[in-house]
Amino acid sequence: MGMGDATLAKSLLLALPLWFVAARALPARLPWFARVALGAAAGWLVALAVTLVVPSGQMAYLVSFAIVGSIYAVLALGLNVQWGYTGLFNIGIAAFFAVGAFTSALVTTRMPTGAAAAFSQQAFGLGAPFLAGVLAAGVAAGVLALLVGGPTLRLREDYLAIATIGIAELVRLVFQNERWLANGPQPLRGIPQPLACLVRDPGCGWLPAPLAALFDPLTPRDYTYVYLAIATLVVIVVYVVLERAIRSPWGRVLRAVREDEAAAAMVGKDVARVRLQAFVVGAVIMGFGGALYAHYMIAIDYTHFDALYATFLVWVMLMLGGSGNNRGAILGAFALWGVWTGAAFVVDLARPLLAAISSDLPARGPYLRLLFIALLMLFILLYRPKGMIGEERFVSRDSQGRDG
Amino acid sequence: MEQTTGKLGEDRTGSAPAGAPPPALLRVEGLTKSFGGLQAVNHCSFDVRAGSITALIGPNGAGKTTVFSLISGFLRPDRGRVELDGEDLTGLGPHQVFRRGLCRTFQIPREHGSMTVLENLMLVPPEQLGERFWNPIVRPRAVRAQERAIRDKALEVLELLTLSHLRDEYAANLSGGQKKLLELARTLMADPRIVLLDEPAAGVNPSLMARIREKIVQLNAERGITFLLIEHDIPLVMGLCDPVIVLNQGTKLAEGPPSIVRGDPRVLEAYLGGQHGAVDG
Repeated sequence: MGMGDATLAKSLLLALPLWFVAARALPARLPWFARVALGAAAGWLVALAVTLVVPSGQMAYLVSFAIVGSIYAVLALGLNVQWGYTGLFNIGIAAFFAVGAFTSALVTTRMPTGAAAAFSQQAFGLGAPFLAGVLAAGVAAGVLALLVGGPTLRLREDYLAIATIGIAELVRLVFQNERWLANGPQPLRGIPQPLACLVRDPGCGWLPAPLAALFDPLTPRDYTYVYLAIATLVVIVVYVVLERAIRSPWGRVLRAVREDEAAAAMVGKDVARVRLQAFVVGAVIMGFGGALYAHYMIAIDYTHFDALYATFLVWVMLMLGGSGNNRGAILGAFALWGVWTGAAFVVDLARPLLAAISSDLPARGPYLRLLFIALLMLFILLYRPKGMIGEERFVSRDSQGRDG
Repeated sequence: MEQTTGKLGEDRTGSAPAGAPPPALLRVEGLTKSFGGLQAVNHCSFDVRAGSITALIGPNGAGKTTVFSLISGFLRPDRGRVELDGEDLTGLGPHQVFRRGLCRTFQIPREHGSMTVLENLMLVPPEQLGERFWNPIVRPRAVRAQERAIRDKALEVLELLTLSHLRDEYAANLSGGQKKLLELARTLMADPRIVLLDEPAAGVNPSLMARIREKIVQLNAERGITFLLIEHDIPLVMGLCDPVIVLNQGTKLAEGPPSIVRGDPRVLEAYLGGQHGAVDG
């Protein structure tokens, strides 16, 4: 079980998202199989180099950073469908995120038995596989969106904002107070880690022997590498599906509704229906994000779903990256998560300075971080309203002027 | 499907047999709408003949735009009825009215500003396969083939309305007159039976207006599209439209060929408040 053996397995797990990025970055002239092959080679080489060069302690930090970044990327992609493309002002992302997280947790855990049952309560526990949990999370968040959106989306957009704030608070309070549902104020524990058998002995029984041998050197401490591969795969799938839909007439209708509802109705589009669809699709994606979060954290409770982390940051991410651009949403998620965690370091380093200004300032460091993000948001809105990469000029795939 | 892929210039079947009196394509009966205490439209009735270019004129505040909104489903009438080719449209939403072949434009153009001109047009055809979320993922080829057909049609419409050079421009960057043309172009993407134009000449320079006018005549003659238009430019109305319907205080005051209407004392009274003179703009 030397470090050297694990390097190969780790680099292969890291290579997955890099493979996708590299294959897309290669020129479109190349045939698809060449791009896939070259992308795989390039992605793996980069992953191997990173695994070899970066010390394993820092690597573990980077990997968990990327996992949280991926979860936020999923949320930002969901918000992008609602706000970026359709102009729906949802400031209750936390509600759909929480419902997704708790749903997947309840679907995949088992009912506590024996002594544990005295301490931990939950409405049900199906012990279903991870994938079932993720899908159920999407369905539950989508149903919530139908219930909220049905009556409110016909009204002016500020009503949706008010309604979504209310729903987010409501959902959080329900999970806080209803002990029978998901253990109330206490964390709901024991949420299973998908593919954990890769890092455990005796390993996954279904895996072919050569692959099993490849992953054998991984120890439970390396599980984050496995989860990063899963999380980035979810980001990739959501991204690809959304891009297809957005670049087709579906996305065109969304943008038309965003630009001018009356004019969209004038050309025969059922505005109420379009808005509801976009709201539900966005919420389903946020539900997926919730499931990803739950299985990463293993234990979740209502405090994880407050407006700051689960709504405000996602908004800043989308604004920073570029509203109306799916790549912008992903970029913004990683960039802002970097700024947010980086700001914590800076505040920490600045402790002596803060102490020199006022003795109680260091204890208030976290608030400085919030102030900083608020200033960043102001800066974006004033000087860079389209974000780092804004909406493209040609969104509909076949509307581009390729031939004359 | 057929509508979206149909080529321009294909003949539209005229509904009137030769010799018979031309039937009413659009029939408005006893339309009434008030906003609070204001009676905007008051028992308004008129017919629009199939194949005609009919004008709806009247002094400011006569209720012309409100009538348009009532016909096209943007407003719900308090009382009265709207019929298109015998079918009751009353109470339908704007998108449902549109799908029955009635399009309107707005007094102030309402383009989708941060979409290109071409995409503004490609938006229009109804029931596109790719408008359903799953189709682009499950049936990408069919969606793409249809997109190409729609795109070709949009390019034809742009050519017809001499907007081809602007196809990749953001619609927001167009001049006021070009936006009016774009609105007209949008209605053509739908193969409409009747088009309601709200002040097509307002804010448009004379040479562009001549072009819009020429296109209206051409579309009417070649494709049999019926037009109902609100206009304040009296010479334009008199030269282009027959019949002319005059609206005053939310109800029909007079109707007839332009030469008759312009001499009607009631019309002069409504426009000029009692000072007699010729209405000549």
